Amino acid sequence: MERMPNFANPTQFLRLVRVLVPITAALTVALLAVGLTLALFVAPPDYQQGETVRIMYLHVPSAWMAMFAYLVMSSAAIGTLVFRHPLADVAQKAAAPLGAGFTFLCLTTGSLWGEPEWGTWWVWDARLTSVLVLFLIYLGIIALWQVIEDPGKAARLVAIFTLVGAVNIPIIKFSVDWWHTLHQPASVFRMGGPTIAASMLWPLLIMALGFTTLFLTLHMLAIRNEIMRRRLRRLSLLAAEGAAAIDIVPEPAE
Amino acid sequence: MSQSPQLNPQDSRKARPAPLRALLLRDLRIGRRIGGAVSMGVVFFLCLVTITPFAVGPDQALLARIGPAILWIAALLATLLGLDRLLQADAEDGSLDLFLTSETPLELIVLVKSLAHWLLTGLPLVAASPIFGLMLGLAPAELPRVVASLLVGTPALTLLGAIGAALTVSLRRGGLLLAVLILPLAVPVLIFGVAAAGDPIVGFKTPFLILCGLTLAAVALTPFAAAAALRHGAE
Repeated sequence: MERMPNFANPTQFLRLVRVLVPITAALTVALLAVGLTLALFVAPPDYQQGETVRIMYLHVPSAWMAMFAYLVMSSAAIGTLVFRHPLADVAQKAAAPLGAGFTFLCLTTGSLWGEPEWGTWWVWDARLTSVLVLFLIYLGIIALWQVIEDPGKAARLVAIFTLVGAVNIPIIKFSVDWWHTLHQPASVFRMGGPTIAASMLWPLLIMALGFTTLFLTLHMLAIRNEIMRRRLRRLSLLAAEGAAAIDIVPEPAE
Repeated sequence: MSQSPQLNPQDSRKARPAPLRALLLRDLRIGRRIGGAVSMGVVFFLCLVTITPFAVGPDQALLARIGPAILWIAALLATLLGLDRLLQADAEDGSLDLFLTSETPLELIVLVKSLAHWLLTGLPLVAASPIFGLMLGLAPAELPRVVASLLVGTPALTLLGAIGAALTVSLRRGGLLLAVLILPLAVPVLIFGVAAAGDPIVGFKTPFLILCGLTLAAVALTPFAAAAALRHGAE
């Protein structure tokens, strides 16, 4: 009856993952290879910053991914709470460490970039501070996942907190900007001017695309691992209960 | 006098304030009888204020400059510390199940419980803050700003904390996690609170009004998040 495969079914989704992951992984390798070559060898050094500007090609895509991951998590949270989609909470759980990882990458590359440019590893710049708060929110979400044992309950509670965070992040961004202009009227931060040369823009866009496919690949793999982990958990619970685990076949035959 | 025995919707709506008032009085009574709920928060506040000069040195000018910030951080920590008990005692003795099944909206129950908690912990801190401000070398003329900012800002902290309390209600050691979850969200309140309390550049009015806005938004929104967390946590 349905021609569209039902991706709410974990088994169907796993089959899709098996098809898609090699494609996105290959795309990631290709895009990152091209992007890094362009960024490290072809793109010109900045007339002010010199070679250190090449950190931008890692830094900016990580920052985008840090926010993209939260967007994915918020959509998944709505999927969990409103539609009770059985895979939404798995997707949300899988995205949290990835988002935290990209945020960490963004902070680290930013720090490495800041040392030669500003002469210090860390400044309480408005952007840095907001990203740091975002990182803390990611860590809180991961911690909440870890402490609640029942996966279904954890999923719903984390979904609520994720949405609370989603409402709060713009407020935090606004207040940190306000706070920063209050304390440092003349910002040291200048993003190479308002315009960016095409020779720098192309490598940046290719890198951003590569980071996106990297995120998708890792996300799908993490979802697959989480599905496996939950099956394992259920099976071991059933085994512990002494229930006949005969009915529960891990992968229903299609 | 002319109350009809059958319950029509108007009656139940009229009857609603009574359970909420009873809940408020119950929480206040528990807070008073349990001993130390009020005084312990203020003593903790005093401890934080006392250790700061040991950390930064007894330089009166420096203390006066960072005084409002110290008072705000102390208020934030003192508010957060007691919050993990906001709903846990109710979960332990079964009151929470009654809340969940009662006709009174859970959102209002959370709001009233937060109000009671604020009256027991937040308000004493606000009342004590002028004395502690003087200890930190603030000029008496600056004190009204500090008090006003704390009076308006601490309810928002309590309400944000209520979300954390609802999320961690079933955990045995939720206190630290609650702080980890809520402190990042408290950044805006802290920024505008400290600015309203004593920033010489921006003046009082702008940050104070934004702080009022944050608190009003917290009153309007956080009970829904906290109630949703309680419902989903209980499932």
